[in-house]
Amino acid sequence: MTWLAVMGVLSSAIFSGVSLLYATLGEVVGQRSGVVNLGLEGVMLVGAAAGFAATVITGNPSLGIVVAMLAGGLMNLVLGYLVINRGANQLASGLALMFFGFGLSALIGKPYVGTRAASIPRIALPGTAYLPQRIASLFSFDLLIYLAVPVALLVWWLLYRTRWGLALRATGESVAAVYASGRDPGAIRYQALFVAGMLAGLGSAHLAIAYAMSWTEHMTGGRGFIAVALVIFSGWHPVRAIYGALLFSGAVAFQLLLQSAGVPVSPFLLDTIPFLLTILVLAVSGGGRRHLAPAGLGRLYSGRE
Amino acid sequence: MRAAAESRRSPALAARIRSGLSRYLVMIAVTLALFAIVLLVSGSDLAASFRGLFRSSFGSLYGLSEVVVAMIPLLLTALAVALPWRVSLINVGGEGQLYIGAAAATWGALSFPGLPPVVLLPLMMLLGFAGGVLWALVPALLRAAGTVNETITTLLLNSVAPKIAGFLIFAFWHSPMDTVKTANFVPAARLPAFFGSRIHLGIIMGGALLAAFWAFMKWTRWGLEMRAIGGNPEAARRAGIPVRRLLLLSLCAGGGVAGLAGMAQVSGFYGVLLLNFSNGLGFMGFLICWMAGGQPLGIVLMSFVVAVILAGGDVLQLTSNLPFAVINILLAGTLFVVLARPTLFGRQKS
Repeated sequence: MTWLAVMGVLSSAIFSGVSLLYATLGEVVGQRSGVVNLGLEGVMLVGAAAGFAATVITGNPSLGIVVAMLAGGLMNLVLGYLVINRGANQLASGLALMFFGFGLSALIGKPYVGTRAASIPRIALPGTAYLPQRIASLFSFDLLIYLAVPVALLVWWLLYRTRWGLALRATGESVAAVYASGRDPGAIRYQALFVAGMLAGLGSAHLAIAYAMSWTEHMTGGRGFIAVALVIFSGWHPVRAIYGALLFSGAVAFQLLLQSAGVPVSPFLLDTIPFLLTILVLAVSGGGRRHLAPAGLGRLYSGRE
Repeated sequence: MRAAAESRRSPALAARIRSGLSRYLVMIAVTLALFAIVLLVSGSDLAASFRGLFRSSFGSLYGLSEVVVAMIPLLLTALAVALPWRVSLINVGGEGQLYIGAAAATWGALSFPGLPPVVLLPLMMLLGFAGGVLWALVPALLRAAGTVNETITTLLLNSVAPKIAGFLIFAFWHSPMDTVKTANFVPAARLPAFFGSRIHLGIIMGGALLAAFWAFMKWTRWGLEMRAIGGNPEAARRAGIPVRRLLLLSLCAGGGVAGLAGMAQVSGFYGVLLLNFSNGLGFMGFLICWMAGGQPLGIVLMSFVVAVILAGGDVLQLTSNLPFAVINILLAGTLFVVLARPTLFGRQKS
């Protein structure tokens, strides 16, 4: 096991984990406004399929990213209509959205199975230009990776340092209080869900356009479910969501390390590592984080409270 | 006095039947409309596809029997959700429990091929049930201990179970010709089929368990206690009901029933254990149970509706060359309508 191989593993783990960070951030925003989206997996799939299709059609990955974000936002608006306007159960609506996403993404992506698209250009870290090519390539990432942590900080700033964020968090705690203060909790939740969907779309755009560079059905492979779990782990805090994504990247890195070291473990079992680790982490930390959850999470809002 | 009560009750009953009927009619209409939209978008022949759908569901005895075959696992996975739901637990892990149940039953079928069916089939049922229980045990323990919500753990374990089944197939059980499935089961390990169709004993398992569930909830002390917990856990605890034990038991029993669904699929339907055979049966069970409000009769009706949608998926795949996953759009559309019309479809749990 050479140093170079280890670096390679870490580099690809970062590539694999970034989509998860964006999705987790989105779910944090949504849940802070009081709406659980169990359908995140479906939202990500639609974002990935739409983004990839747009990239293939236009040949422009930036446009693909924008389309993926819009697709994610629109998917979440469907959830918004059900839970905000119609007062439907959030968990059931989320699962229905998941089904919708499975089907819609398969329909959108069908013509593009096996196609490759233009990828997002990679930018080398400054100072690595003098290194040999095969080492330098390990330090060159695409823009979405560099932006991941700044976006987490931006989400933190939006939630904790703006009036919009204050109203959003208040909606998650007590709809009645927000309503009494003269704001419209439904509108706030819609906005939160749209932003959440755009972030999920951004994550899935990275997955499809920059990481996999192709479309396959169910390509998110459970990332949406893990992101929902990591929201609990992060205590509904955007900056702590970074640790959650690092955890996932670590699990992927461990998986890749075992594989590249030639350890005779079935790839089927290796694929379960991120999920088992997530459950383990929740089991260890879960009880202590419950009080951090928004008080009104999952509650119905009828507008007459 | 009594007559007055009767007359007061009967309009309510009539209204309930009317609203129930309108519910299913609206649902079927919406599904058909969605089916048409998907077909139009993909540019296929509408009339031919509808004829195909009709022929493969209501239009022929064979089509109808195939719909019943598709209902079997759905009845069980829906019951797997309904049971824990009575104590307000959300079991979205039916998919995973089904895979582990199927794998456990397969182990029985491959290890004891010499046993007579009267011994082997009950053994496989027991193994399937035990596999599902095992898969629900960790979420149940974590929930009973108050650390992690069962929704998220059951959801995550869904992604693990198919991979474990895949590992078992790939490493130990695959047939010499094929690495994605096991060898065919011996006839003794197959649930018997009836009427020259593919309808197998699983339909009786599903029906009997649903009836037992209904009787259990209505007439036993445990059923009453479970309903009490579902209503108000704190009050139930103070009334001396062993809340934790019942939470644990009902989630595990739900997992076991989902495991039985897996057993029914591998033993009754396929006769082998296939890689990724389920295609979301566990999730569909959740949605069926939810649409049926957890009521046994509603579960039967909704399973039928979903089974017809599944038949529609086959037609789409054959006539329009669309991916099978497109049926998920039909399922979701039906659900969206149910979710969006809470007044038409009765009470909702918040």
